[in-house]
Amino acid sequence: MNLDYSGDIMTLNMGPQHPSMHGVLRLELKTDGEVVVEAIPHIGYLHRCFEKHAENIEYPGVVPFTDRMDYVAAMNMELGYVLAVEKLMGIQVNDRVRYIRIIMAELNRIASHLVAAGTYGLDLGSWTPFLHCFRDREKILDFFEETCGARLLYNYNWIGGLMFDLPEGLERRIIEFLDYFEPLVEDLNRLLSYNYIFIKRTASVGIIPPEVAVSYGITGPNLRGSGIKFDVRRNEPYLGYEEFDFEVPVGKGEFGPVGSCYDRYMVRIWEVLQSCRIIRQAIAKLPPGDVHATIPKRVKPPVGEVYMRTECPRGELGYYIVSDGTSKPYRVKVKSPCFTVMSGFREYSRGAMIADIVAIVGSVDIVLVELDR
Amino acid sequence: MESIRDLLELIPYTTALPVWVQAILPPAVSAVILFLFVAVLAMFAIWLERKVAAHMQDRLGPMYVGGWHGWAQSIADTIKLLLKEDIVPAAADKALFKAAPAIVFIPSFAAFVVLPFGISSIVADLNIGVLYLFAVASLTVVGILMAGWASNNKYSLFGGMRSAAQIVSYEIPAALSVMPVIIIVGSLSMQQIVRAQTGGIQNWFVFRNPFTFLAFFLYFICSLAEVNRTPFDIPEAESELVAGYHTEYSGMRFAFFFLAEYSNMFLVAGIATTLFLGGWSQVLPAQWVPKQLIPGPILFFLKALSLVFVQIWLRWTLPRLRVDQLMYLCWKVMLPLALVLVLGAGLLAVW
Repeated sequence: MNLDYSGDIMTLNMGPQHPSMHGVLRLELKTDGEVVVEAIPHIGYLHRCFEKHAENIEYPGVVPFTDRMDYVAAMNMELGYVLAVEKLMGIQVNDRVRYIRIIMAELNRIASHLVAAGTYGLDLGSWTPFLHCFRDREKILDFFEETCGARLLYNYNWIGGLMFDLPEGLERRIIEFLDYFEPLVEDLNRLLSYNYIFIKRTASVGIIPPEVAVSYGITGPNLRGSGIKFDVRRNEPYLGYEEFDFEVPVGKGEFGPVGSCYDRYMVRIWEVLQSCRIIRQAIAKLPPGDVHATIPKRVKPPVGEVYMRTECPRGELGYYIVSDGTSKPYRVKVKSPCFTVMSGFREYSRGAMIADIVAIVGSVDIVLVELDR
Repeated sequence: MESIRDLLELIPYTTALPVWVQAILPPAVSAVILFLFVAVLAMFAIWLERKVAAHMQDRLGPMYVGGWHGWAQSIADTIKLLLKEDIVPAAADKALFKAAPAIVFIPSFAAFVVLPFGISSIVADLNIGVLYLFAVASLTVVGILMAGWASNNKYSLFGGMRSAAQIVSYEIPAALSVMPVIIIVGSLSMQQIVRAQTGGIQNWFVFRNPFTFLAFFLYFICSLAEVNRTPFDIPEAESELVAGYHTEYSGMRFAFFFLAEYSNMFLVAGIATTLFLGGWSQVLPAQWVPKQLIPGPILFFLKALSLVFVQIWLRWTLPRLRVDQLMYLCWKVMLPLALVLVLGAGLLAVW
């Protein structure tokens, strides 16, 4: 124990049941008054043996399980798995499937970032942005419901194709939604992002320096918030993301050091706009085709192993699949973005105040179900 | 209270009652009336807050209970809270735990005594009215600290500590910011202060001179901190401390905290109205409308409720400050500013 502290150290258990722990994260805080000397995350309250389950289910049956990992961005979760199996089997899907997958993944990214931004406002005591974000997210979920019948857990991306084609006129309605939604991002910025108190609370808090971010393997918006321009969609394109014109926003450190909570938050806001751009382009280019054309009758990949990484809203999601030639995977290992970002939590939460801990947990945007799997 | 005494004299046989009953009856009746009034007001404020918040957030809020826009929702909620089981945590300090809600509520109730609703509608026009207000209001912190400590919950303790620090700190700029008004009036009596502002909007202290103008905003911000409203709601910061000092409370005791919070909201709005917005006096200048058309109490309510609306508006717009930022704001911004205002108003009065 550090003897420099004059006061007693009090242990405060934040979570697993706590309003702002984004699920069931438990933080063991060693507090000296309001200052947190050390914050130790305890995970595993939602461990559901996904990887073990996957070994006992046939390949297509794993898809709904991947949905349940990150229920906020289920489309992206299943996309990664499906792409990995397709890579293993050597399936080439047609352009329509590719573009619909991109549209769905990006719509889900917007929905997920809206949840992140909204709940972040909530963490900092601002209620109204939360409900505004959820209002717009509902509209995206309506599209998903129209497409595949589910609002949260879709099972839409199938190995080799899609569950259904887009319903009649959905492209037009998505464009209408984007026309309505894009100006609202500026609304949200005026309400929350440029608020003086909000900036004060976030701009110099929870700083993840670039080298720390790299050494802990932090990915996604959290890495880009630290000023490192790395996006799997751009650096190692899959699904043909190289055909699209979009930018990779990085944290600028406008109001404080680069890598603060504010930067991570703003990266998400900018990414929402980039996703809108990608969707517009994908809808403009959407070719005709049969989304069921390449769905295999039996999914029985050859013996081998594959690693496929995709950019999900929370960072880089990797699936490592080993096949022994049977219809069930021998091993499915998930490289979870939330887990890597949480592993560095002790490092970047040191010396924060209790209120800052809430701000930091909110800014790294974790989903505990995916973290624990 | 005088008017209530007069009223009671109209009722037959009251003079036949024993003397001590006669002595105790007028205050008791006023207390009961005031209590009912405060309770109804708090329930109305809760309903108002929910409706305003809902409309700001693109939803409707309570719509079913009672028919028209869920007007009876707060009544239903209150009844529900009163009927709930009274839970005292096993590890709590029982006596303190049970006493705390009352100690939080009584001061905010007692402070209503000196609020001048109209020319004659005031329970007691004390000659030390403002002083009494600040003295009584600062008692709340004792109850909050008791609640935080007695719950035997770390979050409650944090909430209680934060609240104590916050209320004690903000009392100073709040008290200083009313000084310019008192310097001008030369009296601490609430009725005197209102009388000094009669004759229309140009006589209100907000618009009297630049110092009182600033003092109004200063007082309003400090009052937000004193009643733990956003952006200063750190003692009960939901996302940090669950519910702060009343985390462990449920049922009727929780209802008392809630009642106290909302009656405090109206109380500080009422104080601001009295001190700066002319209390029950008319809005239009006396040159144009020589006679007061709208009854004083109604004007008072309209003014105070518009301030309550601003409080609600701020709450649903702004994020929350951090503890150290709150203290910084109090000691390094508000307090010097308040001192400057007092000095300026004093010099202006002498000159």
